[in-house]
Formats: sequence, structure tokens, C-alpha cells
Amino acid sequence: MAESPDIRLGLYVPPHPHPLLAPEQNEGWGRLRDAFDTCRQRIEESGADLIMIYSTTWPSIIGHQIQAHPSPVFTHVDDDFHFLGSMEYEFKMDAEFAECFRDCCEERGLQARTVAYDGFPIDTGSVVALKLLNPDNRIPACIVSSNVYSNRAEQIVLGKACRDAISNLGRKVAVVVVASLSNRMFTEHIEPSEDRIHSAKDDEWNQKILEFFEDGRLEDISQLSRDIQGQIRVSKVVAYKPAWWMAATMGQHNNYEGEVLAYEALHGAGGAVIQLTPSEKGIGDKEFDEDDVEHYHGDRGVLDKGMI
Amino acid sequence: MAKGEIVLGCLAPHPPHVVYAENPEQNEPFSEGGWEALRWGYNMLARKLKEVDYDCIVVLTPHWQTYIGNHFLGLERFQNISVDPIFPNLFRFHHDIKVDVELSEAMQRSAEEAGIVSMMMRNPDFRVDYGTIVSCHMMNPDWDKPIVTISSNRSTHYYSDEVMNEQASALGRAVSKAIEESGKKVVLVASHSLSHRHFVTEAPLPEDMSREHIYNHSQYVWDMKVIEMMREGKMKEVIEILPEMIEQTMAEAEGGGLTWMMAAMGMPDYPAEIYGYQSVIGTGNVIAAWDPNSATRALVL
Repeated sequence: MAESPDIRLGLYVPPHPHPLLAPEQNEGWGRLRDAFDTCRQRIEESGADLIMIYSTTWPSIIGHQIQAHPSPVFTHVDDDFHFLGSMEYEFKMDAEFAECFRDCCEERGLQARTVAYDGFPIDTGSVVALKLLNPDNRIPACIVSSNVYSNRAEQIVLGKACRDAISNLGRKVAVVVVASLSNRMFTEHIEPSEDRIHSAKDDEWNQKILEFFEDGRLEDISQLSRDIQGQIRVSKVVAYKPAWWMAATMGQHNNYEGEVLAYEALHGAGGAVIQLTPSEKGIGDKEFDEDDVEHYHGDRGVLDKGMI
Repeated sequence: MAKGEIVLGCLAPHPPHVVYAENPEQNEPFSEGGWEALRWGYNMLARKLKEVDYDCIVVLTPHWQTYIGNHFLGLERFQNISVDPIFPNLFRFHHDIKVDVELSEAMQRSAEEAGIVSMMMRNPDFRVDYGTIVSCHMMNPDWDKPIVTISSNRSTHYYSDEVMNEQASALGRAVSKAIEESGKKVVLVASHSLSHRHFVTEAPLPEDMSREHIYNHSQYVWDMKVIEMMREGKMKEVIEILPEMIEQTMAEAEGGGLTWMMAAMGMPDYPAEIYGYQSVIGTGNVIAAWDPNSATRALVL
């Protein structure tokens, strides 16, 4: 088993391009931008030498893909919000870490591969996060995809594999999850000034999740993931996975200092910038009611087992 | 001006594997072949298209996913490299796409007049999705006709398969009206598979056909049932059971392509031309065409 990884802080940030491309068009988008700027500073001050991103807007099918191009360059345009402008980027990736992460995934039974191709389409969420959190490429980064079919066990193991890689290489890491809270957007054009959370129900659930984050209760949010998926997530994928991965990567407990730096609507979706810092304090553990999986064994093949 | 018309509708799946297997000069990776049942079917359809008099290909693709209505390509030319985000090892395709902006704008206006949320896409840095590129390349490898791409509105996710059917049908009718008024001859393309559950692992040699098969038998049975109904000209019935099929097989028709195309063509009650069926990384793919002209309609397979 790897030694305890050096995780300096964790961030939960939204994937939409508005804080990057149009912060002046809406006060809330501007506050999200300010929060990103604060986080940029905190990452620098933390001494982190790796930014590790899990992005919900990078779907994968063949297991888990890990960005390993040392310096990907492209101009990205969002599928929906193309009218807000283009996102030129040139990033610095930690290819050594990407390779190690892949190896650690395979050791734990996961299908994983690195990708290192010129012109590979890095997703909107990762581009927004890296441009705002690491604009000068001072710190190398790594991005891992979100497999469309994976569920809790696989996500937990993916997080643990990431911990293994962090420990093995002795990196000092800022963990970044790119995801909305509620993810229902308005399905028609709205003026920036009209933006608000899509419904009161979405807002109330978001507020409750933010309370948990503020109390540093990451594992509790992880345990609530299935409820969150059912209540405030459009069923684009099978589950709400980011908290599973974040908890498994940072540590499956509630001992964090939490701070919500901003919470605003992004075309109706719940966008929050949240910082979690590992701490001796905190709420502590709760009763775990699902398996804490160490190794992924794939589909259980229940249809092949016959009737009992 | 003569009335415009839809001269052919094609269900044209877009696994990048088929382009990879063809080794066109635009694609960087090299293959030893594979997926011949689909590729040879595409080759036959491409030969038929050479005999069809048409001005433009209009594609609805599930790999340009939009949540705020349907979007239409609105610039004359897109030159770029398309790298498949799922299979970058197979598809890194250099393209130079010409768009019929006049027709695209007319279809978007028609959609708007019908109350459908829609928008033109005019960002020159926008990258055309690989679904469009795969389907269009396999149908017309010469790329000598302009295209229009329409995005897939994700109403299945936001509401239900039934709402998707309603909205995609309305879009189909609006597009049909615009085509009629344009005086142009148009080929429609619904770019997607039937059943759509993938394997999450890949053979060391992706074109190793000893590893290729449908994900499970249930998917196969659904695919065959729908193909049988296509042969029988029961497209209204196919669209009516589509929500059930989507639920059972994760069918990629959830993006609205087939519903949109069938509605635009008035729910054909004549037999579809079937050009081939094969699984690609577990998904079920059929190449089918609906030819409104009974004189040129053929029994292909």
C-alpha cells in the first residue's frame, strides 16, 4: 500500500465557460471569476507541484483516459456557448504522472490509457479550470476523464489509484473536480441579467450540499451521491460521480476545512467554487453503508450466474 | 423556381473505426482493415449517391450536443483536424468542409418560425464533430458537395424519449418546409447507430475482427426487429416504439436523428434499402436509405 499522499487542497469548480469568457456580463459570473482568481492564488501559495483535474465534461468509453501530451495546444469552442468566444490554450502537462496514474489504475484492475495527440479535444471544463487556475502554466497538470458507464465502485478505485500515483511520485497536489452542482440549464436563450438557478428545488439541494462542503464533510457528500443524482442531476450519465472520486482521492473522511467562495447560476445550473483543505478538525467519520472497494473486478456478470 | 425536395434519406452510423479501416489520406492512423460489412455497405451507398442528382447533404449528429435548442453551422468553410475524444488512436482526420450557409439559414429560420429554439453557429474556430465527418466521408469520400450540420438537442436527457420524438419531429417538418422553399435537392443523413452499448475495453489491434461482436443478444434482437420494420416500410411504427428501444438498448436514436429524418420525409411507408449491419465495439450499426423515387429504389440486401 502506498504511503499517505501529499494533498495540499481540493477545489470543486464549475465547467461552464462564462466566468472565463464573459465575467462582465453578469454579476454572479463575475463573482465566480473572482473566486477562481482567489483559488489560483491559493494553489500557488500551497506549494502544490501538480494540479490533478477530474472533469465531468470529458466523457470516455474505453476505461479511463488520462491526458499525457506534455504541451497540448489548440483553440477550443464550446458546443452550446460558442457565441461567447473561443478559448485558445497551451497547457503544461505532467506526462510522467499521467503514465504512473495509468499504471496504478491497471494495478487496481481498471482499464486505463494515456492520450497524447496533437489536436486532441480537451473539454470545456478542463480548459476553463486550467486557464483560470493556472494561467501561466506555473504548475504542471494532469486531467482524467469520466467514464460514461462507470459507477461507484469504479470511481472509488479510480480515486485510490490516483492516490497511489501521487504517493509513488511524491507529488504535492491540488485536486480539482470540474462539475456543476445541479446541472439543469435553461433550454432556451436567456439574457445574462436573467440568469438564476433553474428551480427552487435545485437551489435548495445545492444549498444543502454547500452546507456539507462548508463543514468539510466530503465523505458524507460522497455517501449522498446517489440521492444527489436522483434529485438535481439531469440523467446524462448513470450517476453523480465527482464526489466519489474526490473523496477517494483526497481521503474518505470528513476532516476538512471547507470554504464556499462563490455559488451562482450558470444558465440555470448551479456553479460553485469550493475549497477543501485537509485538517485535523472536522466532523469525523460516519457509518459507511457501502463497500469501500480496493480493487475493481469489472462487471459481476449476474446474468451468467443462473437462478439461485 | 421548382420546389426543392429530399431526394434520399440515409441512416449512416459514424463509428470512427470505418474511416480508420479505409485508410483515407486525410486520416493519420494506419489500419489493416476491418468492419468490411459496414464499409462495403457504405461503398455501395456512395456509388448510389454518385447517380443521385443533389445539391447538399444535411446531417443531424449526436456528437454536437446542445442543450439550448438546435444549432446550425453558419459559416462557409471549416478547415481543421478532428480528433475523436473517445478513439483518438483511430481517428485524427484533416478536413476541409464546405457549408451551404444559405440553406442552413433558411432551415434555422423555418425552425424558429415553428417555435423551435434554434441558433446559427458562427464562430470560425468551431470544430465540426466527428459524427458528421465520418458519415459524410463514407457517403461521399470526394467531399464534392456542401453540407449542413444540425446539432442534437438533448431533450431525451432533459425530459424524455417521448418529448425528444415530438421535438425532433417538429424540427423535421420545419427542415422539410425550408428545403421545399429553397428549390434545392437535398440528401438527409441521420448519423447514428441503433443499439449503443459499448465494450469498455479495446483489442490490442482494434481491427482484430475475431474480437468484434454485439454487446449482448438483447441488443441484437432489437436491432433486427427494427431493421425488419424498415424493410417493411413501417417507419411510423418504428418511431412510435423508439422510446422503448432507446430505453432497452441505449439506442443512439436518442439524439433525435432518425425521428427528425423520418418526419422530414413524411414517415415513409415504402421499404428501406439496407446496405449492411455490423457491430462496432459492441454497438449495433445499420446503413439504410429511403429513396422516395420508386423507379430508383432498390432491394440491396
